[in-house]
Amino acid sequence: MLGLDKKHTNLLLLVFVLTLLAPFILNPFPEGSGMAQFNAGYPDLMQRFVIFGIFAIGFNILFGLTGYLSFGHAAFLGVGSYAAMWMMKLLTMNIIPAIAVSVIVAGLFALLVGWISLRRSGIYFSILTLAFAQMSYALAYSVLTPITGGETGLQPKLQDPRILDGALEAGASPKANLFGLEMGSSFEWSVGSWLFTFNVGYYVAAIAMLASFYLAIRIFNSPFGMMLRAIKSNQQRLNYTGLNARPYTLAAFVVSGMYAGLAGGLMVAMDTQVGAERMFWTASGEVVLMTILGGAGTLIGPVLGAGMIKYMENIMSKINSTILHEWFAFLPDGLEDFVVTLIYPFIGKGWHLTLGLIFMLVVIFLPGGLVEGGQRIAKLFKRKNPSSDTPDGKTTPAE
Amino acid sequence: MDAIILQILNGLDKGSAYALIALGLTLIFGTLGVVNFAHGALFMIGAFCAVTLSRLLQISHTVIDETQKDFLGNPLQVEVPYIYDIFGQATGDVIIDWAVPISILFAIPVMVLIGVAMERGLIKHFYSRPHADQILVTFGLAIVLQEIIKYYYGANPIPTPAPDAFKGSFDFGAALGFDPNTIIYPYWRLVYFAFAAIIIGGVFAFLQFTTFGMVVRAGMADRETVQLLGINIDKRFTLMFGLAAAVAGLAGVMYTPINSPNYHMGMDFLVLSFVVVVVGGMGSLPGAVLAGFLLGILESFASMREVLEFLPGINQIIIYLVAIIILLTRPRGLMGRKGVMED
Repeated sequence: MLGLDKKHTNLLLLVFVLTLLAPFILNPFPEGSGMAQFNAGYPDLMQRFVIFGIFAIGFNILFGLTGYLSFGHAAFLGVGSYAAMWMMKLLTMNIIPAIAVSVIVAGLFALLVGWISLRRSGIYFSILTLAFAQMSYALAYSVLTPITGGETGLQPKLQDPRILDGALEAGASPKANLFGLEMGSSFEWSVGSWLFTFNVGYYVAAIAMLASFYLAIRIFNSPFGMMLRAIKSNQQRLNYTGLNARPYTLAAFVVSGMYAGLAGGLMVAMDTQVGAERMFWTASGEVVLMTILGGAGTLIGPVLGAGMIKYMENIMSKINSTILHEWFAFLPDGLEDFVVTLIYPFIGKGWHLTLGLIFMLVVIFLPGGLVEGGQRIAKLFKRKNPSSDTPDGKTTPAE
Repeated sequence: MDAIILQILNGLDKGSAYALIALGLTLIFGTLGVVNFAHGALFMIGAFCAVTLSRLLQISHTVIDETQKDFLGNPLQVEVPYIYDIFGQATGDVIIDWAVPISILFAIPVMVLIGVAMERGLIKHFYSRPHADQILVTFGLAIVLQEIIKYYYGANPIPTPAPDAFKGSFDFGAALGFDPNTIIYPYWRLVYFAFAAIIIGGVFAFLQFTTFGMVVRAGMADRETVQLLGINIDKRFTLMFGLAAAVAGLAGVMYTPINSPNYHMGMDFLVLSFVVVVVGGMGSLPGAVLAGFLLGILESFASMREVLEFLPGINQIIIYLVAIIILLTRPRGLMGRKGVMED
């Protein structure tokens, strides 16, 4: 289907079903119950899952396939956000032109940065991209204030020109929409004590993510993707065969910059504001964490990593010591306090510590990320099944 | 003229910090071939050694002072640091006042220990893995170290003052024959510069004039041959990692009075220090020091009012801009050796 083989069609369908049903899947606990705080099915967070998923998928096209570790990818996200915001200020609050322009502008910026940075590889490439991102951040924060709004950032205002939209009446606030369908509007459905929210913005972002995921699968399986893998495994040999790696890496860099621009444009479409901190190098570091955690070079890994980090950031960070005491109330008093003190540094405000530890463990023991972990577990179960021990058609030469 | 001298002086203290961190980074890279993203965290831990010691010195117990009365006429309760009981009040006050310089003694063993533990426990396993993996695992370690410090010391900067003797500023203008008060420079920054110069000189002398240093230099040039000669180079390289950690830590200790330490100070410096190392030339110790001071001074010149009027915002990006230009025109950096990570 759609030019994919069976395995990848199934993967795409799985992701499609998961994103479609996310409001149910992420809301497994009834409202008002003790576990309700683990519900992630509210629009804001679901939007973040898919938007950062797009960002990570794009980063993975560069890092996972070519092995070039960019430490400045947030710059493209930021540039895309600013471009989308200006479209909303000047043209229309409809998100289509905003997102289209954000992708194009981020792509052009990536072309410029990539054209310079890709002259070097390895650690030098990382430092160059980092330098460009930090420069963009510093400029957006200071000199470019007329364009970027500096410290305050940008929001759509009532008096912006917006030549395609009719004038808004006084007191109304401009809202991002898709041909009149507002991004912020949602349909709520309560079943028993469960409350499911279906948000327009989430589904728009989810469609964008499915499209980018499909494109990523196609890139991974294309001759172009093969070429990028060849660059990762042995660039020298590629050069000896008479191929120039630069155009391929540059194309991968621009594509992944455009993905970041799309994510930036969607961020503005969901939450109409933008600030320079979106381009700070910690934001670039975050997408590196997501991709590695999930599994660099795999298709689904970056999306999993993005989901996991955003879940931790929004859900785990809310747990405080009172809640912990409630959980462990069944233990004897002394033991309860002990367990709570033991766990407390790792949750709530300390979720970064857990993230750092998990990340280190993944890099050390599971270089393929969570996906590799899953595969290993699957293999473990398979081995227990005697029928799978039969040779799978491959014969090993006896010599 | 006086403005130029002032900018050079201003650049020196930041340049010293860059140079010290970049020196440590280069030591680790030159010996072990590891790109250490956790080096900024070591700088930060050094700074928190100073905070810890000054807090330890001020641990006190409550004593009822019969000679003083509070407003109700009851005997006054006074907090007396334990250090008074040991050394008497006068000496005790001096020790508390000098907490930051004394922390140097405290920080050296702590930092060497942390460095050696890091190398043996974690980084050892990453020699044969690609540079990207080394960057990633040390990046993760930096997050972990940073969060541990944040958990124990909170997220706010902790002011740690310099000794009273170094408060105030030195009037360079008067000393050099300009008008008084044109070039004034805080004493502590002078101390910091002198300290950095001593440390850098010490490291170079150690490498240049001791047998241990000679073996290490030989190992940096050709590790395999040194091993074939029957020398256990790994052990020495581990110690060099400890030394590099100590250099970063000391840079942090002495930096506390200039900038109150907080948990992310290391990361802020690290990004710039990497740029410094790359500009200086990967693996070149003199290059790292030179580039550290050069970029520090360049940054302070770029923040002059006259320059900013001409090129607004240049002070924010000058270092990165220089790095990009250098990397593209002189791929080896200012003083990089041939064959060290050239691609």
